[in-house]
Amino acid sequence: MMSVETEIRFKLNGREVCLKVPVTMKTLTMLRDKLGMTGTKYACGEGECGACTIRIDGKTVNSCLMYAVDCDGRELVTIEGLRTPEGLHPMQQAFVDHGAIQCGFCMPGMIMQADYLVENNPKLTREEAQRGLEGNLCRCTGYTKVLDAVEAVVEKKCCGRC
Amino acid sequence: MQEITTYLAPSRLDAALQAMVDGDATVLCGGTDLAPQTESGARLYTAKLLNIRRIEGLGDIDAGGDKVRIGAVATINEIRRHPALAAIAPVLVEAAEHFASDQIRNAASVGGNICNASPAGDMIPPLLVLGASVELACWRGDAVQTRRIPLDQFFLSPGKTVKLPEELLTAIVFDRPAADFVGKFRKSGPRPALEISTVSVALGARVADGRLSDVRVAMGSVAPTPLRARHVEAALEGKPLDAASIAAAVTATAEDAKPIDDVRASAWYRGHLVRVFVEEVLNDVRGN
Ligand SMILES: Cc1cc2nc3c(=O)[nH]c(=O)nc-3n(C[C@H](O)[C@H](O)[C@H](O)COP(=O)(O)OP(=O)(O)OC[C@H]3O[C@@H](n4cnc5c(N)ncnc54)[C@H](O)[C@@H]3O)c2cc1C
Ligand code: FES
Ligand code: FES
Repeated sequence: MMSVETEIRFKLNGREVCLKVPVTMKTLTMLRDKLGMTGTKYACGEGECGACTIRIDGKTVNSCLMYAVDCDGRELVTIEGLRTPEGLHPMQQAFVDHGAIQCGFCMPGMIMQADYLVENNPKLTREEAQRGLEGNLCRCTGYTKVLDAVEAVVEKKCCGRC
Repeated sequence: MQEITTYLAPSRLDAALQAMVDGDATVLCGGTDLAPQTESGARLYTAKLLNIRRIEGLGDIDAGGDKVRIGAVATINEIRRHPALAAIAPVLVEAAEHFASDQIRNAASVGGNICNASPAGDMIPPLLVLGASVELACWRGDAVQTRRIPLDQFFLSPGKTVKLPEELLTAIVFDRPAADFVGKFRKSGPRPALEISTVSVALGARVADGRLSDVRVAMGSVAPTPLRARHVEAALEGKPLDAASIAAAVTATAEDAKPIDDVRASAWYRGHLVRVFVEEVLNDVRGN
Protein backbone atom coordinates (compact mmCIF):
# COMPACT_ATOMS: atom_id res chain seq x y z
CA MET A 1 0.00 0.00 0.00
CA MET A 2 1.50 3.29 -1.09
CA SER A 3 0.68 6.41 0.80
CA VAL A 4 2.08 9.90 1.09
CA GLU A 5 4.19 10.91 4.02
CA THR A 6 3.59 13.90 6.17
CA GLU A 7 5.68 15.70 8.76
CA ILE A 8 4.39 15.70 12.31
CA ARG A 9 5.57 17.30 15.55
CA PHE A 10 4.61 16.25 19.01
CA LYS A 11 5.91 15.83 22.53
CA LEU A 12 7.04 12.36 23.47
CA ASN A 13 7.67 11.90 27.19
CA GLY A 14 8.32 15.63 27.46
CA ARG A 15 10.71 15.81 24.51
CA GLU A 16 9.90 17.52 21.19
CA VAL A 17 9.87 15.09 18.30
CA CYS A 18 9.59 15.90 14.61
CA LEU A 19 9.48 13.24 11.93
CA LYS A 20 7.94 12.17 8.65
CA VAL A 21 5.47 9.30 8.68
CA PRO A 22 3.36 7.55 6.04
CA VAL A 23 -0.17 8.84 6.64
CA THR A 24 -1.59 5.36 7.28
CA MET A 25 1.12 4.34 9.77
CA LYS A 26 -0.15 3.60 13.26
CA THR A 27 1.34 5.26 16.33
CA LEU A 28 2.56 1.92 17.68
CA THR A 29 4.60 1.22 14.54
CA MET A 30 6.00 4.73 14.62
CA LEU A 31 7.06 4.37 18.25
CA ARG A 32 8.62 0.95 17.85
CA ASP A 33 10.02 0.98 14.34
CA LYS A 34 10.76 4.64 13.69
CA LEU A 35 11.67 5.89 17.16
CA GLY A 36 13.04 2.72 18.74
CA MET A 37 10.72 3.04 21.72
CA THR A 38 9.97 -0.64 22.19
CA GLY A 39 8.51 -0.43 25.71
CA THR A 40 5.06 -0.21 24.17
CA LYS A 41 4.15 -3.70 23.00
CA TYR A 42 2.53 -5.08 19.86
CA ALA A 43 0.30 -8.08 20.51
CA CYS A 44 -3.07 -8.21 18.75
CA GLY A 45 -2.79 -5.10 16.61
CA GLU A 46 -6.54 -4.63 16.66
CA GLY A 47 -7.56 -2.97 19.89
CA GLU A 48 -8.43 -6.11 21.82
CA CYS A 49 -5.55 -6.56 24.27
CA GLY A 50 -4.27 -3.19 25.52
CA ALA A 51 -0.56 -4.13 25.31
CA CYS A 52 -0.02 -1.01 23.20
CA THR A 53 -1.70 1.42 25.63
CA ILE A 54 -0.17 4.90 25.72
CA ARG A 55 -1.38 8.31 26.84
CA ILE A 56 -2.29 10.99 24.37
CA ASP A 57 -3.08 14.40 25.86
CA GLY A 58 -3.52 12.64 29.17
CA LYS A 59 -5.95 9.94 27.99
CA THR A 60 -5.13 6.32 27.34
CA VAL A 61 -5.66 4.85 23.88
CA ASN A 62 -4.62 1.75 21.95
CA SER A 63 -1.65 2.99 19.92
CA CYS A 64 -2.11 0.13 17.41
CA LEU A 65 -5.35 1.76 16.22
CA MET A 66 -4.27 5.37 16.38
CA TYR A 67 -2.98 6.95 13.20
CA ALA A 68 0.49 8.45 13.76
CA VAL A 69 -0.54 11.60 11.88
CA ASP A 70 -3.07 12.23 14.64
CA CYS A 71 -0.19 12.69 17.13
CA ASP A 72 0.63 16.01 15.47
CA GLY A 73 0.58 18.82 18.02
CA ARG A 74 -0.25 16.51 20.91
CA GLU A 75 1.51 15.08 23.96
CA LEU A 76 2.36 11.40 24.20
CA VAL A 77 3.50 9.49 27.22
CA THR A 78 4.69 5.91 26.93
CA ILE A 79 5.86 3.49 29.59
CA GLU A 80 9.39 4.89 29.12
CA GLY A 81 8.07 8.27 30.28
CA LEU A 82 6.59 6.99 33.50
CA ARG A 83 9.87 6.57 35.33
CA THR A 84 10.69 9.43 37.71
CA PRO A 85 14.19 10.79 38.45
CA GLU A 86 14.03 8.87 41.74
CA GLY A 87 13.41 5.56 40.04
CA LEU A 88 10.38 3.53 39.14
CA HIS A 89 6.97 5.16 39.13
CA PRO A 90 4.87 4.13 42.16
CA MET A 91 2.58 2.06 39.95
CA GLN A 92 5.56 0.23 38.45
CA GLN A 93 7.01 -0.35 41.91
CA ALA A 94 3.68 -1.67 43.20
CA PHE A 95 3.48 -4.15 40.33
CA VAL A 96 6.97 -5.35 41.23
CA ASP A 97 6.25 -5.49 44.95
CA HIS A 98 3.06 -7.49 44.48
CA GLY A 99 4.51 -9.99 42.05
CA ALA A 100 2.00 -8.87 39.42
CA ILE A 101 4.51 -9.36 36.63
CA GLN A 102 4.98 -12.77 35.08
CA CYS A 103 6.27 -12.79 31.50
CA GLY A 104 5.75 -9.04 31.52
CA PHE A 105 4.48 -8.61 27.98
CA CYS A 106 1.14 -7.05 28.93
CA MET A 107 2.65 -4.95 31.70
CA PRO A 108 3.54 -1.67 29.96
CA GLY A 109 -0.06 -1.37 28.81
CA MET A 110 -1.47 -2.62 32.09
CA ILE A 111 0.58 -0.11 34.10
CA MET A 112 -0.25 2.79 31.77
CA GLN A 113 -3.96 2.06 32.10
CA ALA A 114 -3.81 1.47 35.86
CA ASP A 115 -1.97 4.76 36.39
CA TYR A 116 -4.54 6.57 34.26
CA LEU A 117 -7.39 5.08 36.28
CA VAL A 118 -5.91 6.09 39.62
CA GLU A 119 -5.00 9.57 38.39
CA ASN A 120 -8.63 10.12 37.38
CA ASN A 121 -10.10 8.52 40.45
CA PRO A 122 -7.89 8.62 43.54
CA LYS A 123 -10.53 6.57 45.38
CA LEU A 124 -10.68 3.85 42.74
CA THR A 125 -12.28 0.70 44.12
CA ARG A 126 -11.11 -2.79 43.27
CA GLU A 127 -14.21 -3.31 41.17
CA GLU A 128 -13.66 -0.04 39.31
CA ALA A 129 -10.06 -1.07 38.67
CA GLN A 130 -11.29 -4.38 37.30
CA ARG A 131 -13.71 -2.64 34.96
CA GLY A 132 -11.16 -0.03 33.92
CA LEU A 133 -8.68 -2.77 33.01
CA GLU A 134 -11.17 -4.74 30.91
CA GLY A 135 -9.27 -3.76 27.78
CA ASN A 136 -5.97 -5.17 29.06
CA LEU A 137 -5.45 -8.88 28.58
CA CYS A 138 -2.77 -10.85 30.39
CA ARG A 139 -1.90 -14.22 28.86
CA CYS A 140 -0.27 -15.25 32.12
CA THR A 141 -3.58 -14.38 33.80
CA GLY A 142 -2.09 -12.64 36.81
CA TYR A 143 -5.14 -10.45 37.28
CA THR A 144 -5.52 -10.91 41.03
CA LYS A 145 -2.05 -9.61 41.75
CA VAL A 146 -2.52 -6.78 39.28
CA LEU A 147 -5.60 -5.69 41.22
CA ASP A 148 -3.68 -6.07 44.49
CA ALA A 149 -0.97 -3.76 43.15
CA VAL A 150 -3.48 -1.14 41.98
CA GLU A 151 -5.30 -1.32 45.29
CA ALA A 152 -2.04 -0.81 47.14
CA VAL A 153 -1.28 2.33 45.13
CA VAL A 154 -4.76 3.66 45.89
CA GLU A 155 -4.24 2.97 49.57
CA LYS A 156 -0.71 4.42 49.29
CA LYS A 157 0.81 1.45 51.02
CA CYS A 158 2.90 0.15 48.17
CA CYS A 159 6.21 1.74 48.95
CA GLY A 160 7.77 4.47 51.08
CA ARG A 161 7.98 6.97 48.29
CA CYS A 162 4.40 7.59 47.24
CA MET B 1 -5.25 -0.38 -4.86
CA GLN B 2 -5.82 3.29 -4.29
CA GLU B 3 -2.89 5.47 -3.36
CA ILE B 4 -3.52 8.19 -0.81
CA THR B 5 -2.23 11.38 -2.36
CA THR B 6 -3.35 13.93 0.23
CA TYR B 7 -3.65 14.07 4.01
CA LEU B 8 -5.67 16.88 5.56
CA ALA B 9 -6.44 17.83 9.16
CA PRO B 10 -8.36 21.08 8.86
CA SER B 11 -9.44 23.12 11.85
CA ARG B 12 -12.46 24.56 10.06
CA LEU B 13 -15.61 22.78 8.96
CA ASP B 14 -15.87 24.63 5.64
CA ALA B 15 -12.33 23.57 4.71
CA ALA B 16 -13.16 19.96 5.49
CA LEU B 17 -16.34 20.06 3.43
CA GLN B 18 -14.53 21.70 0.51
CA ALA B 19 -12.04 18.85 0.60
CA MET B 20 -14.94 16.40 0.36
CA VAL B 21 -16.74 17.84 -2.68
CA ASP B 22 -15.37 15.27 -5.10
CA GLY B 23 -16.46 12.41 -2.87
CA ASP B 24 -12.91 11.04 -2.74
CA ALA B 25 -12.10 11.63 0.94
CA THR B 26 -11.80 8.86 3.51
CA VAL B 27 -12.92 10.37 6.80
CA LEU B 28 -10.75 9.56 9.81
CA CYS B 29 -12.05 10.18 13.29
CA GLY B 30 -10.95 7.88 16.13
CA GLY B 31 -9.84 5.25 13.61
CA THR B 32 -11.09 2.36 15.76
CA ASP B 33 -13.13 1.01 12.85
CA LEU B 34 -11.12 2.45 9.98
CA ALA B 35 -7.76 1.05 11.14
CA PRO B 36 -8.77 -2.62 11.47
CA GLN B 37 -10.96 -2.48 8.36
CA THR B 38 -8.21 -1.08 6.15
CA GLU B 39 -5.54 -3.34 7.68
CA SER B 40 -7.62 -6.41 6.87
CA GLY B 41 -8.41 -5.16 3.38
CA ALA B 42 -12.16 -5.08 4.06
CA ARG B 43 -12.06 -1.41 3.22
CA LEU B 44 -9.90 0.56 0.79
CA TYR B 45 -8.66 4.10 1.20
CA THR B 46 -9.53 6.78 -1.33
CA ALA B 47 -7.32 9.57 -2.66
CA LYS B 48 -7.62 11.81 0.39
CA LEU B 49 -7.36 10.98 4.07
CA LEU B 50 -9.32 13.59 6.03
CA ASN B 51 -8.79 13.80 9.77
CA ILE B 52 -11.87 15.52 11.22
CA ARG B 53 -10.76 15.58 14.85
CA ARG B 54 -9.14 19.01 14.56
CA ILE B 55 -12.30 20.73 13.39
CA GLU B 56 -13.18 23.31 16.00
CA GLY B 57 -16.41 22.72 17.88
CA LEU B 58 -17.18 19.40 16.18
CA GLY B 59 -16.99 17.55 19.49
CA ASP B 60 -19.08 19.93 21.58
CA ILE B 61 -21.93 18.55 23.63
CA ASP B 62 -24.80 20.90 24.39
CA ALA B 63 -27.36 19.32 26.69
CA GLY B 64 -28.55 22.48 28.43
CA GLY B 65 -31.53 23.53 26.30
CA ASP B 66 -34.68 22.10 24.72
CA LYS B 67 -32.59 20.58 21.94
CA VAL B 68 -29.71 18.31 22.80
CA ARG B 69 -26.80 18.44 20.38
CA ILE B 70 -23.84 16.09 20.40
CA GLY B 71 -20.98 16.91 18.04
CA ALA B 72 -19.96 14.03 15.78
CA VAL B 73 -16.41 13.70 17.09
CA ALA B 74 -17.42 13.56 20.76
CA THR B 75 -15.91 10.39 22.17
CA ILE B 76 -17.82 7.62 23.91
CA ASN B 77 -16.09 8.51 27.19
CA GLU B 78 -17.00 12.18 26.81
CA ILE B 79 -20.63 11.11 26.53
CA ARG B 80 -20.25 8.67 29.38
CA ARG B 81 -18.86 11.33 31.70
CA HIS B 82 -21.17 14.16 30.71
CA PRO B 83 -23.18 15.15 33.81
CA ALA B 84 -26.03 16.87 31.93
CA LEU B 85 -26.46 13.91 29.56
CA ALA B 86 -26.44 11.53 32.51
CA ALA B 87 -29.27 13.55 34.04
CA ILE B 88 -31.54 13.80 30.99
CA ALA B 89 -30.58 10.82 28.80
CA PRO B 90 -29.17 8.12 31.09
CA VAL B 91 -29.99 5.47 28.46
CA LEU B 92 -27.24 6.90 26.26
CA VAL B 93 -24.75 6.98 29.11
CA GLU B 94 -25.67 3.39 29.99
CA ALA B 95 -24.83 2.27 26.45
CA ALA B 96 -21.54 4.21 26.61
CA GLU B 97 -20.77 2.46 29.88
CA HIS B 98 -20.88 -0.96 28.20
CA PHE B 99 -18.97 0.07 25.08
CA ALA B 100 -15.69 -1.70 24.26
CA SER B 101 -12.87 -0.87 26.69
CA ASP B 102 -11.77 2.35 28.37
CA GLN B 103 -8.98 2.89 25.82
CA ILE B 104 -11.36 2.45 22.88
CA ARG B 105 -13.93 4.72 24.53
CA ASN B 106 -11.26 7.45 24.71
CA ALA B 107 -10.71 7.23 20.96
CA ALA B 108 -14.03 6.13 19.45
CA SER B 109 -16.50 8.81 18.38
CA VAL B 110 -20.26 8.68 18.32
CA GLY B 111 -20.27 9.93 14.71
CA GLY B 112 -17.92 7.10 13.71
CA ASN B 113 -20.15 4.59 15.45
CA ILE B 114 -23.14 5.79 13.40
CA CYS B 115 -21.29 6.18 10.07
CA ASN B 116 -19.74 2.73 10.38
CA ALA B 117 -23.36 1.56 10.16
CA SER B 118 -22.86 -1.78 11.82
CA PRO B 119 -26.07 -3.53 12.91
CA ALA B 120 -24.25 -3.90 16.26
CA GLY B 121 -23.32 -0.22 16.78
CA ASP B 122 -24.06 0.28 20.46
CA MET B 123 -24.82 3.99 20.48
CA ILE B 124 -27.50 3.57 17.83
CA PRO B 125 -30.39 1.85 19.71
CA PRO B 126 -30.35 4.41 22.57
CA LEU B 127 -30.24 7.29 20.07
CA LEU B 128 -33.15 5.70 18.16
CA VAL B 129 -35.30 5.60 21.31
CA LEU B 130 -34.39 9.22 22.02
CA GLY B 131 -35.82 10.06 18.59
CA ALA B 132 -32.49 11.42 17.37
CA SER B 133 -31.69 12.85 13.96
CA VAL B 134 -28.31 13.23 12.35
CA GLU B 135 -27.09 16.44 10.79
CA LEU B 136 -25.27 16.02 7.49
CA ALA B 137 -23.25 18.85 5.98
CA CYS B 138 -21.68 19.38 2.60
CA TRP B 139 -20.20 22.21 0.53
CA ARG B 140 -22.55 23.26 -2.26
CA GLY B 141 -23.05 26.56 -4.07
CA ASP B 142 -20.10 28.12 -2.26
CA ALA B 143 -21.63 27.57 1.14
CA VAL B 144 -22.13 24.98 3.84
CA GLN B 145 -25.43 23.16 3.30
CA THR B 146 -26.93 20.99 5.99
CA ARG B 147 -29.81 18.54 6.14
CA ARG B 148 -31.27 16.52 8.95
CA ILE B 149 -32.23 12.87 8.65
CA PRO B 150 -34.11 10.99 11.36
CA LEU B 151 -31.75 8.25 12.53
CA ASP B 152 -34.33 5.54 11.75
CA GLN B 153 -34.12 6.56 8.07
CA PHE B 154 -30.33 6.76 7.95
CA PHE B 155 -29.28 3.12 7.59
CA LEU B 156 -29.64 1.09 4.38
CA SER B 157 -27.62 -2.09 4.98
CA PRO B 158 -24.45 -3.08 6.84
CA GLY B 159 -21.96 -0.27 6.21
CA LYS B 160 -24.38 1.61 3.93
CA THR B 161 -26.29 4.76 4.78
CA VAL B 162 -28.11 7.56 2.95
CA LYS B 163 -25.14 9.85 3.60
CA LEU B 164 -23.51 10.94 0.34
CA PRO B 165 -19.73 10.60 -0.05
CA GLU B 166 -19.36 14.39 -0.01
CA GLU B 167 -21.32 14.70 3.23
CA LEU B 168 -19.93 14.80 6.74
CA LEU B 169 -22.00 13.82 9.75
CA THR B 170 -21.61 16.88 11.96
CA ALA B 171 -23.94 16.27 14.90
CA ILE B 172 -26.64 14.20 16.50
CA VAL B 173 -29.66 16.13 17.72
CA PHE B 174 -32.73 15.20 19.72
CA ASP B 175 -35.39 16.95 21.76
CA ARG B 176 -34.74 17.11 25.45
CA PRO B 177 -36.60 14.07 26.84
CA ALA B 178 -39.76 14.82 28.84
CA ALA B 179 -39.51 14.68 32.61
CA ASP B 180 -41.48 11.38 32.67
CA PHE B 181 -39.29 9.74 29.99
CA VAL B 182 -37.62 6.50 30.94
CA GLY B 183 -34.95 4.76 28.90
CA LYS B 184 -33.35 1.34 29.24
CA PHE B 185 -30.57 -0.45 27.39
CA ARG B 186 -29.47 -4.08 27.35
CA LYS B 187 -26.64 -5.66 25.40
CA SER B 188 -25.26 -9.13 25.45
CA GLY B 189 -22.08 -10.81 24.43
CA PRO B 190 -20.09 -13.80 25.66
CA ARG B 191 -18.02 -11.50 27.91
CA PRO B 192 -19.29 -8.36 29.65
CA ALA B 193 -16.45 -6.28 28.19
CA LEU B 194 -15.04 -5.68 24.73
CA GLU B 195 -17.85 -7.46 22.98
CA ILE B 196 -19.59 -6.70 19.77
CA SER B 197 -23.25 -7.02 20.77
CA THR B 198 -24.85 -10.36 19.99
CA VAL B 199 -28.12 -8.54 20.50
CA SER B 200 -28.98 -5.15 21.96
CA VAL B 201 -32.33 -3.68 22.93
CA ALA B 202 -33.25 -0.14 23.96
CA LEU B 203 -36.56 1.10 25.24
CA GLY B 204 -37.69 4.70 25.58
CA ALA B 205 -41.16 5.79 26.66
CA ARG B 206 -43.09 8.25 28.75
CA VAL B 207 -44.63 6.64 31.77
CA ALA B 208 -47.58 8.21 33.56
CA ASP B 209 -50.08 6.45 35.84
CA GLY B 210 -48.63 3.09 34.87
CA ARG B 211 -49.31 3.70 31.17
CA LEU B 212 -46.77 3.98 28.38
CA SER B 213 -46.89 6.59 25.66
CA ASP B 214 -44.52 7.78 22.92
CA VAL B 215 -43.06 4.29 23.07
CA ARG B 216 -39.89 3.67 21.11
CA VAL B 217 -38.15 0.33 21.03
CA ALA B 218 -34.91 -0.23 19.11
CA MET B 219 -32.86 -3.32 18.44
CA GLY B 220 -29.34 -4.03 17.27
CA SER B 221 -27.88 -7.14 15.60
CA VAL B 222 -31.25 -8.63 14.71
CA ALA B 223 -31.40 -7.39 11.12
CA PRO B 224 -29.05 -5.87 8.49
CA THR B 225 -29.40 -2.48 10.23
CA PRO B 226 -30.29 -1.31 13.72
CA LEU B 227 -34.06 -0.87 13.70
CA ARG B 228 -37.13 0.52 15.39
CA ALA B 229 -39.34 -2.37 16.54
CA ARG B 230 -42.67 -0.99 15.34
CA HIS B 231 -44.74 -4.04 16.25
CA VAL B 232 -43.39 -4.11 19.79
CA GLU B 233 -44.04 -0.39 20.07
CA ALA B 234 -47.65 -0.85 18.88
CA ALA B 235 -48.20 -3.59 21.44
CA LEU B 236 -47.27 -1.14 24.19
CA GLU B 237 -48.45 2.28 23.05
CA GLY B 238 -51.10 3.70 25.36
CA LYS B 239 -51.36 0.43 27.26
CA PRO B 240 -51.10 -0.04 31.01
CA LEU B 241 -47.80 -1.70 31.72
CA ASP B 242 -48.96 -5.08 33.03
CA ALA B 243 -48.38 -8.77 32.45
CA ALA B 244 -50.69 -8.80 29.42
CA SER B 245 -49.01 -5.91 27.58
CA ILE B 246 -45.55 -7.24 28.39
CA ALA B 247 -46.53 -10.67 27.01
CA ALA B 248 -47.92 -9.03 23.87
CA ALA B 249 -44.71 -7.04 23.43
CA VAL B 250 -42.59 -10.16 23.83
CA THR B 251 -44.69 -12.00 21.21
CA ALA B 252 -44.43 -9.04 18.84
CA THR B 253 -40.61 -9.24 18.83
CA ALA B 254 -40.91 -12.04 16.26
CA GLU B 255 -42.45 -9.55 13.81
CA ASP B 256 -39.60 -7.07 14.14
CA ALA B 257 -36.46 -9.10 14.79
CA LYS B 258 -35.25 -11.04 11.74
CA PRO B 259 -31.89 -12.29 12.97
CA ILE B 260 -29.45 -14.47 11.09
CA ASP B 261 -27.00 -17.21 12.05
CA ASP B 262 -23.44 -15.96 12.09
CA VAL B 263 -20.15 -16.48 13.91
CA ARG B 264 -21.41 -14.73 17.04
CA ALA B 265 -24.73 -16.50 17.56
CA SER B 266 -27.51 -18.47 15.93
CA ALA B 267 -30.71 -16.83 14.75
CA TRP B 268 -32.63 -18.90 17.29
CA TYR B 269 -30.51 -17.65 20.16
CA ARG B 270 -30.76 -14.06 19.03
CA GLY B 271 -34.54 -14.33 18.82
CA HIS B 272 -34.55 -15.75 22.32
CA LEU B 273 -32.32 -12.96 23.69
CA VAL B 274 -34.55 -10.29 22.18
CA ARG B 275 -37.59 -11.75 23.94
CA VAL B 276 -35.71 -11.92 27.23
CA PHE B 277 -34.38 -8.37 26.94
CA VAL B 278 -37.74 -6.87 26.00
CA GLU B 279 -39.34 -8.58 28.97
CA GLU B 280 -36.51 -7.48 31.27
CA VAL B 281 -36.53 -3.82 30.31
CA LEU B 282 -40.31 -3.66 30.63
CA ASN B 283 -40.21 -5.32 34.03
CA ASP B 284 -37.51 -2.87 35.04
CA VAL B 285 -39.74 0.05 34.13
CA ARG B 286 -42.69 -1.58 35.86
CA GLY B 287 -40.62 -2.11 39.00
CA ASN B 288 -39.60 1.56 39.20
C1 LIG C 1 -11.56 -3.81 20.10
C2 LIG C 1 -12.77 -3.06 19.62
C3 LIG C 1 -13.94 -3.11 20.36
C4 LIG C 1 -15.07 -2.42 19.93
N1 LIG C 1 -16.20 -2.50 20.70
C5 LIG C 1 -17.32 -1.86 20.29
C6 LIG C 1 -18.50 -1.93 21.08
O1 LIG C 1 -18.54 -2.49 22.19
N2 LIG C 1 -19.62 -1.33 20.59
C7 LIG C 1 -19.62 -0.69 19.40
O2 LIG C 1 -20.65 -0.15 19.01
N3 LIG C 1 -18.51 -0.58 18.63
C8 LIG C 1 -17.36 -1.15 19.06
N4 LIG C 1 -16.22 -1.07 18.29
C9 LIG C 1 -16.25 -0.36 17.00
C10 LIG C 1 -15.77 1.11 17.03
O3 LIG C 1 -14.95 1.37 18.14
C11 LIG C 1 -16.94 2.10 17.05
O4 LIG C 1 -17.79 1.88 15.96
C12 LIG C 1 -16.48 3.57 17.08
O5 LIG C 1 -17.54 4.36 17.58
C13 LIG C 1 -16.04 4.14 15.76
O6 LIG C 1 -15.68 5.50 15.95
P1 LIG C 1 -14.30 6.10 15.41
O7 LIG C 1 -14.28 7.53 15.78
O8 LIG C 1 -13.15 5.29 15.86
O9 LIG C 1 -14.53 5.92 13.87
P2 LIG C 1 -13.52 5.75 12.60
O10 LIG C 1 -12.91 4.41 12.61
O11 LIG C 1 -12.62 6.94 12.56
O12 LIG C 1 -14.59 5.86 11.47
C14 LIG C 1 -15.60 4.88 11.29
C15 LIG C 1 -16.25 5.06 9.93
O13 LIG C 1 -17.08 6.20 9.86
C16 LIG C 1 -16.57 7.20 8.99
N5 LIG C 1 -16.73 8.44 9.72
C17 LIG C 1 -16.32 8.67 11.01
N6 LIG C 1 -16.80 9.85 11.43
C18 LIG C 1 -17.52 10.39 10.41
C19 LIG C 1 -18.29 11.59 10.26
N7 LIG C 1 -18.41 12.48 11.25
N8 LIG C 1 -18.91 11.83 9.09
C20 LIG C 1 -18.80 10.92 8.08
N9 LIG C 1 -18.12 9.76 8.16
C21 LIG C 1 -17.49 9.49 9.31
C22 LIG C 1 -15.16 6.78 8.66
O14 LIG C 1 -14.79 7.16 7.36
C23 LIG C 1 -15.25 5.26 8.80
O15 LIG C 1 -15.83 4.71 7.65
C24 LIG C 1 -15.05 -1.70 18.72
C25 LIG C 1 -13.85 -1.63 17.98
C26 LIG C 1 -12.72 -2.30 18.41
C27 LIG C 1 -11.47 -2.20 17.62
S1 FES D 1 -1.72 -4.45 20.27
FE1 FES D 1 -3.02 -2.73 20.47
S2 FES D 1 -4.67 -3.52 21.62
FE2 FES D 1 -3.49 -5.28 21.22
S1 FES E 1 2.45 -11.06 32.53
FE1 FES E 1 2.52 -12.32 30.79
S2 FES E 1 0.96 -11.50 29.53
FE2 FES E 1 0.66 -10.52 31.40
